[in-house]
Amino acid sequence: MIEKTGIPSREQVMDVFPDVERINKGPVAVIECYKEIPCNPCTTSCKFNAIYIGDDINKRPDLSEEKCIGCGVCLSKCPGLAIMVVDGSKSSETVDITIPYEFLPLPKPGEIVDGLDRSGAFIAKVKIIKVLNPKSYDRTPLVTASVDRKYLYDFRNIRLEETL
Amino acid sequence: MIQTQLAIIGGGPAGLCAAISAAESGSKVLLIERNDTLGGQLVKQTHMFFGSEKQYASTRGIDIAKILLDKLEEHKDNITIMKDTTVLGIYEDGVITAMRDEDKYMKIKPEALIVATGASEKFLAFPNNDLPGIYGAGAVQTLMNVHGVKPGNKVLMVGAGNIGLIVSYQLMQAGVKVEAIIDAAPKIGGYLVHASKIRRMGVPIYTSYTVKEAIGSDALEKAIIWKLDEAWKPIAGSEISFDVDVMCVSVGLTPLNELLVMSGCEMQYIPELSGIVPMRNENYQTTVPHIFTAGDSCGVEEASSAMVEGYLAGLCASDHIGNRHPMYEEKKADFINQLEGLRSGPEAAHIRSGVEKSLRR
Amino acid sequence: MRIKEHPILNFNRGKEIHFRFSGKTMIGYEGETVAAALHANGVKVLGESIEKHRPRGFYCAIGNCSSCLMEVDGVPNVKTCVTKLKEGMSVEIQKGKGELK
Repeated sequence: MIEKTGIPSREQVMDVFPDVERINKGPVAVIECYKEIPCNPCTTSCKFNAIYIGDDINKRPDLSEEKCIGCGVCLSKCPGLAIMVVDGSKSSETVDITIPYEFLPLPKPGEIVDGLDRSGAFIAKVKIIKVLNPKSYDRTPLVTASVDRKYLYDFRNIRLEETL
Repeated sequence: MIQTQLAIIGGGPAGLCAAISAAESGSKVLLIERNDTLGGQLVKQTHMFFGSEKQYASTRGIDIAKILLDKLEEHKDNITIMKDTTVLGIYEDGVITAMRDEDKYMKIKPEALIVATGASEKFLAFPNNDLPGIYGAGAVQTLMNVHGVKPGNKVLMVGAGNIGLIVSYQLMQAGVKVEAIIDAAPKIGGYLVHASKIRRMGVPIYTSYTVKEAIGSDALEKAIIWKLDEAWKPIAGSEISFDVDVMCVSVGLTPLNELLVMSGCEMQYIPELSGIVPMRNENYQTTVPHIFTAGDSCGVEEASSAMVEGYLAGLCASDHIGNRHPMYEEKKADFINQLEGLRSGPEAAHIRSGVEKSLRR
Repeated sequence: MRIKEHPILNFNRGKEIHFRFSGKTMIGYEGETVAAALHANGVKVLGESIEKHRPRGFYCAIGNCSSCLMEVDGVPNVKTCVTKLKEGMSVEIQKGKGELK
């Protein structure tokens, strides 16, 4: 269980995932904030009012899948690096998953790297599609990988051979 | 003898915010810091802070330090900064004594005083716990994030509270391998988002485990942990051995309260606040009327609340000496409201209970 | 043991400083503490306990714990974790409690 291991259960993951229909329409955020903590930058950073917390900053964020356009701004603002963006509109075989990644070296677009699950275990090789690191992300780069659809609910991290 | 309206001891997040808030209220402030840099532990916090915008959420600790120092600069006419200065004593007549640069002694007479001395790291008892290579988590942060020096190659992190989890992540960012994180408690103490981001880097977290012993001749070479049963008794045969050259001890902090104790204010042991803390009212005024307090020295909590406590103590200490901010009531209500917000969640239940016990109404 | 590249931080190291530890010349950087410079040079043992002569390294790095006391330029009991490195400094492992000369 997550309180002992840091790994959320499959049920917890499924619970915060938008359904596949929504994912297939285009990019959307997945907020893995499983416990109430005093924190709200995700909601204040969202220009589309797609994330609701309310007056009590301890409440878990509530995502409006209709309002969210998957822009990814909240990914670099979340102090817990708990948010990712999934986009199933590009292909029926793969899904593009964007994660925050604060390690060096950064991968390059086109590079094939190890895809890891929520325990850090290897699941499959994935192809890097995009790496964004503008000043506004404040040193939290966003990395997008193209992942086989069968790993939609598993993929959560990458590992480069030469990671420091 | 140096005369000032308000002396603040400690230039960490609480002390800096207290100085800014007091200067905004029109007080002449003397800010005393024992190190040669201001910012306290903020200067090594490379991660983004939690909380809301008012506590600089989503900004990295290192950058919050810069924001606060810039604000301090705006009030430089009202704030005198005295670095490399250690306060040695607080006396009954209100005089404090201090030592600057290890050899210059001075007396200071403030009309009011805010003690914001922070906290120090706790230690853990196990055989060979004195071996070089066994460091406090804060020490490891200083070494790698301030000086850019790696503490070693392979680390065992002891403690899965927020500091243990954050420092583990920072170790990996510095290119150091974290072999495992252990904690004697049956559950991870820190925020789960921190735990998850380390776990998905492949670092195992062992709850209900403690250190059995450290092994090494001149420095740490091996650490052995063992499992605890439900009564927190070690289970023979459950040992796991790690070849590590660094053990990072992150088993909590305890308030640096010596000055408060010697000042004669009423103190009480409140375990929820991690040690012996001063009794105070909602203005963060202790039972010695001219002495106020803020931050970890009056109860170990997050840096976000230390900053708000500092703002509140600076506002109220200024009012105490006749410098009432024109928006005193609104500001005070806002700070109290912010503190309540930070402390209202399930993760802060112990803080709520501790703060309640420390209040003298 | 020095960090060369970091995803969040830039280490703008000051000018090189030469100091001596136990007869050996070592290099540190301006602004660094004695203990950090020693660590960067691979020195983890900073002293020994007074009675049992067990090795001591640093522990808190903020001047609280006294685990890093050394003899610096002939002065005993210097907290090396908060003492800045200076050109030509001589740092020694302290034996015993140290005496004021």
